[in-house]
Amino acid sequence: MNLLATIGASLSARVDRAGYVLNLLVRAVGYLPRLGRRWRFLLDTAFNAGVRSLPVTMVVAAFAGAILAMQTGIELRRFGDTAVLGTITALSMCREMGPFITAVILAATVGSSIAAELGTMQVSDEIAALEVMSVDPVDYLVLPRVVAMAIMCPTLTVLSNLVGIYGGSVIAEHNLGVSSSLYWLSAREALTSSATLLPKEVYVGLLKAVVFGIAIATVSCAAGLRASGGALGVGLAVQAAVRNSVILIIVLGFIVTWFFYFLAG
Amino acid sequence: MIELQDVHKRLGGRQILDGLTLSVPQGMTFVLMGPSGTGKSVTLKHIIGILRPDSGSVQVDGQEVPRMDRAQLMALRKRMGYLFQNGALINWLSVAANVALPLQEHSKLGKGEVDDRVHEVLRLVGMDHAAKQMPPDISGGMKLRAGLARALVTNPEYVLYDEPNAGLDPIISQQIHELIVEVRDRLGVTSLIVTHSRACAVHCGDRIGVLEHGRIAVQGTVAEMTHSDHPLARAFLGGGAD
Ligand SMILES: Nc1ncnc2c1ncn2[C@@H]1O[C@H](COP(=O)(O)OP(=O)(O)OP(=O)(O)O)[C@@H](O)[C@H]1O
Ligand SMILES: [Mg+2]
Repeated sequence: MNLLATIGASLSARVDRAGYVLNLLVRAVGYLPRLGRRWRFLLDTAFNAGVRSLPVTMVVAAFAGAILAMQTGIELRRFGDTAVLGTITALSMCREMGPFITAVILAATVGSSIAAELGTMQVSDEIAALEVMSVDPVDYLVLPRVVAMAIMCPTLTVLSNLVGIYGGSVIAEHNLGVSSSLYWLSAREALTSSATLLPKEVYVGLLKAVVFGIAIATVSCAAGLRASGGALGVGLAVQAAVRNSVILIIVLGFIVTWFFYFLAG
Repeated sequence: MIELQDVHKRLGGRQILDGLTLSVPQGMTFVLMGPSGTGKSVTLKHIIGILRPDSGSVQVDGQEVPRMDRAQLMALRKRMGYLFQNGALINWLSVAANVALPLQEHSKLGKGEVDDRVHEVLRLVGMDHAAKQMPPDISGGMKLRAGLARALVTNPEYVLYDEPNAGLDPIISQQIHELIVEVRDRLGVTSLIVTHSRACAVHCGDRIGVLEHGRIAVQGTVAEMTHSDHPLARAFLGGGAD
């Protein structure tokens, strides 16, 4: 009985938190028509987010591409079919790995700093001060961050994809005996020959990146706005922001792939 | 007129307000004193609708604050200035930009008019020289004065002051007290001041109340309170207090 009550309470707290995050996103979207007034701040936020996470993202992307090439290369070598290595690396980088690693790095760098910033504002009454001045924190603080991340995450993802494919080419040439020209030829073919403007792998990956960016920003803003209890509370908010972002990245990534490749065909 | 009737509020598992009743008539200044952590700041936050009571009534001009919708709350807040404990300045905005914020977001004033008004208020609190500085680079007392300027910039009818002279030297303290009195006398502002300072209470207050265990333990006019035998009145306002 006691156990049930505990599980029930923890579940209802979770539902409550999820409701808060969704509500925050809906309210932020409601302010979209007035975003024009915040464009300067938005550009600042987007630029800072990009610059801050660019170096780490690129290093990780290069290694991720290399790992991808090794993993598939080991199997392909057994069938003597390493010619398609460029194709496979390029497509899986664009569909899964690029958006995923970019989002995880953004969660750790930008998500955590959003939570710390808004959390500090919450515990020092700055959020209350905005409300008292009838400035809605959702309009003033949340919306520009959500939009900045919705722009920055796909932008960085494109770079991650390119660097990742390059990382794969190094392994292909040095360890798997695939000539660099063959690798790049098959990669380019996979990413350009398509009936639609962009191949499915690329647009699904970019859509994912947009969804991840929005999710990270919203979850991190929510964690910050709900912080309480001084510096310790801010620490807990940062922890919650990163943890919840990473969980959402994985779950939403699964849902998007499943939707486009299994549900909608 | 600000009126709180039998307000109860639990926060963090503790009963903070427990039957608080207090009223501030139009044009008057009520000083709220009391030990640290008794809920003085919490009381002010109820009046401006940041916190809602668990039970009891909080009224401004006869209107029930906790029942206001967003538009009504915004309308109320436009008529109210609030000095937060420690100022609560927005960190990435300069002092002047902080003070300009309430004007920019809602009034139809042009940039020149906003600038003029901002510098006028900054001069009043003696912060004109620091207009361009950023909050992390200024002292606690300066933050407080910038917060005070931000609370007064819209010419509010009501002002809630949370420790307006904490950490200020005696000379600036005295100037702030005079400013509070002037704002009351010249603009007819109704206000509530939270303070630990006897000088501030005696200089600025019309009535003084001491909060303990979530309600007003003793209250009266300044003269009544300074001569009261009540132990709390003596502790906060007696000869030994400062
Ligand atoms: N949002 C909150 N959540 C939980 N507890 C809170 C919250 N706000 C205030 N409290 C608690 O309520 C009590 C009263 O806080 P309040 O800030 O009103 O004290 P105060 O009388 O202003 O004290 P001080 O003179 O130190 O400023 C404190 O114990 C504080 O920890
Ligand atoms: Mg206080």
